[in-house]
Amino acid sequence: MARMNMIQAIRDALDVKLGDDDNVVVFGEDAGYFGGVFRATQGLQEKYGKSRVFDTPISELGIIGAAVGMGAYGLRPVPEIQFADYILPAYDQIASEAARLRYRSSGEFSSPITIRAPCGGGIFGGQTHSQSPEALFTHVAGLKTVIPSNPYDAKGLLIAAIEDDDPVIYLEPKRLYNGPFDGHHDRPGTPWSDHDDGEVPQGHYTVPLGKASIIRPGEAVTVLAYGTMVHVAKTAVLESGIDAEIIDLRTLLPLDEETIEASVKKTGRCVIVHEATKTSGFGGELIALVQELCFHYLESPLERVTGWDTPYPHAQEWDYFPGPERVVKALQKVMQP
Amino acid sequence: MTEHKPLSLQVPEPSSRPGDKPDFSFIDVPVAGSTRRPEVDCAADSMRDLAFDLITVLDDDGKAVGPWVMDLDDNLLLKGLRVMEKTRVFDTRMQMAQRQGKTSIYVQCKGEEAIACAQRLALEKGDMCFPTYRQQGLLIAQDFPIVDMMCQIFSNSRDKLGGRSLPFFYSERDYGFFSISGNLGTQFMQAVGWAMASAIKGDTRIASGWIGDGASAEGDFHAALVFASVYKPPVVLNVVNNQWAISSFQGIAGGQAANFACRGHGFNIPSLRVDGNDFLAVYSASSWAIERARRNLGPTLIEWVTYRAGAHSTSDDPTKYRPADELESWPMGDPIERLKTHLISKGIWDEERHAVLKQELKDEVKTAAKEAESYGTLGKGPAPGTGEMFEHVYKEMPAHLRKQRQQAGV
Repeated sequence: MARMNMIQAIRDALDVKLGDDDNVVVFGEDAGYFGGVFRATQGLQEKYGKSRVFDTPISELGIIGAAVGMGAYGLRPVPEIQFADYILPAYDQIASEAARLRYRSSGEFSSPITIRAPCGGGIFGGQTHSQSPEALFTHVAGLKTVIPSNPYDAKGLLIAAIEDDDPVIYLEPKRLYNGPFDGHHDRPGTPWSDHDDGEVPQGHYTVPLGKASIIRPGEAVTVLAYGTMVHVAKTAVLESGIDAEIIDLRTLLPLDEETIEASVKKTGRCVIVHEATKTSGFGGELIALVQELCFHYLESPLERVTGWDTPYPHAQEWDYFPGPERVVKALQKVMQP
Repeated sequence: MTEHKPLSLQVPEPSSRPGDKPDFSFIDVPVAGSTRRPEVDCAADSMRDLAFDLITVLDDDGKAVGPWVMDLDDNLLLKGLRVMEKTRVFDTRMQMAQRQGKTSIYVQCKGEEAIACAQRLALEKGDMCFPTYRQQGLLIAQDFPIVDMMCQIFSNSRDKLGGRSLPFFYSERDYGFFSISGNLGTQFMQAVGWAMASAIKGDTRIASGWIGDGASAEGDFHAALVFASVYKPPVVLNVVNNQWAISSFQGIAGGQAANFACRGHGFNIPSLRVDGNDFLAVYSASSWAIERARRNLGPTLIEWVTYRAGAHSTSDDPTKYRPADELESWPMGDPIERLKTHLISKGIWDEERHAVLKQELKDEVKTAAKEAESYGTLGKGPAPGTGEMFEHVYKEMPAHLRKQRQQAGV
């Protein structure tokens, strides 16, 4: 088994699907000849030709609108939006078109599209290269939303997303591209090559959509996280010494309610961690769900650790970012008798 | 220091409002047949005049004249007349059905029948149209079963779309009719994407995108032109300029500043401006654009100049914003009358036969409506099940939706 970083794992997934399905096409801004600003499509145009992997105009609505038309034809498009922050011009084509086409045509037409977009902060990207817009998509019926946290899942989930017959928003936490990020920006990072989750099998495999992963079993409290925050939560659990069960949701919609329910019923406590802003964020949905499913098992009020309700700042990035200290505080708070 | 006068915002106004004498002097209708017809493989920049001329084949006496005349089979012309008239009869009946409470809303295409009908007859089976809600002629021109259309309009037990979609938002893949959206303009870009897919796969089928003058202001229109000019996919890009977007005249979409056809010039896309009420001109210009697409010469933009003879929808009253008698002053006449006059002048049709045809169509549509009504009308009689609401959100119903369906008691 080879060790890969997340970019290599994503590229490998695209390579597998371009190789085994002639209907898969990959395109986006700078995604063709150059291979993408994060290099996720590097070498693919050379290998599969310009009609399968190509550059597009800077028009997100055009990119996704074209993908909807291609999907209606019978292709399986995998468009790249250069940064998730840029996806809003395509929102109509995603939320009103790709998500609704199956419904409004009784399945006569569908949108088997996987939209890849790097998300999240921690790279000094400021307001327009750091956001986590997952809740804009989980609120839309007809879409699936996926956020991997490591190279193994990234490849397996991406292959599963491409093979899925419904539109999938596939958000890539860009701070995790090169290595797991423990949340301490002032300490040296670990590359994926030094990490077990960097082990990525060759060839085809899938990680099913809609299945969470318990990445650390524990008895005291359940931590629900996804993307970059999985690793921040790990650090916080280590530093707090609290025996927390960390669940990496991996797919936000459809959500693995069974795994969440079983864990919170066992621990009786729950902390939810995401990088996106708090109000109307996905954490609010998780809190509502946990109290619906587990109210009588709860020992303490639920806690949310999130980005502040401000645009993502530039110079104050690490004051904004919900780092390990804030997660530790939340863990301690829910553990109070 | 320079003295500046105060600035002022300029908001376009139509040539006439209710109570005014209708005025279409802003439309210059050239002598029929006077617009040249270049070869389909001519360079786009060698035919820019075509976006400012008006392609017309039928003259005032119903004679086919000029370089856009095609040698068409009489049966095709008679079919064109029949499907246009059928579309109008169908619309009239459905308009009435809405007034009788059998459906929530209806949109007719009165006065614009030639555009969808003629282009569909010029396309081949397998070609895919991405229509707006005013192109029912695309289905009727293919003799699509009108009972099925009505069942959807009535949202009854035989509604193929299970009551999930608005009336008349048809979806008919086998008839090259893409699912209609109410979000205006989105389908224009999708048509380009479908055409790109056809080119990627080395197919021979082409796409036809449709948009109105009003919705051409959407970003989708401009994105479609960019992608069409970049990848040159096999697509016909139709702008139906029927002068009105609900109550906003085409000047609010920028039509006073520049016409819709010439918008293709910035992208070096061959662009035609065509008399949309002239069946022969529509068929001929469509065939020209279709041949370009089929020969891998790329996209063509066509502005069809026409007039929305009816209200926007059954929820609209146009006498509130345009002269009630504006239609009578419309310089391009009525598409059905014009083709009829032509066929009579050719000696293959007459008024008696037309009266018989019209009665036959009325009977056919009435019989179909009775049958459709027997399967239910909106809120009355057999209807799609409540459970249909939860179907087709995803290919497989996810657990959370199954749970909600149970909560809804179905």
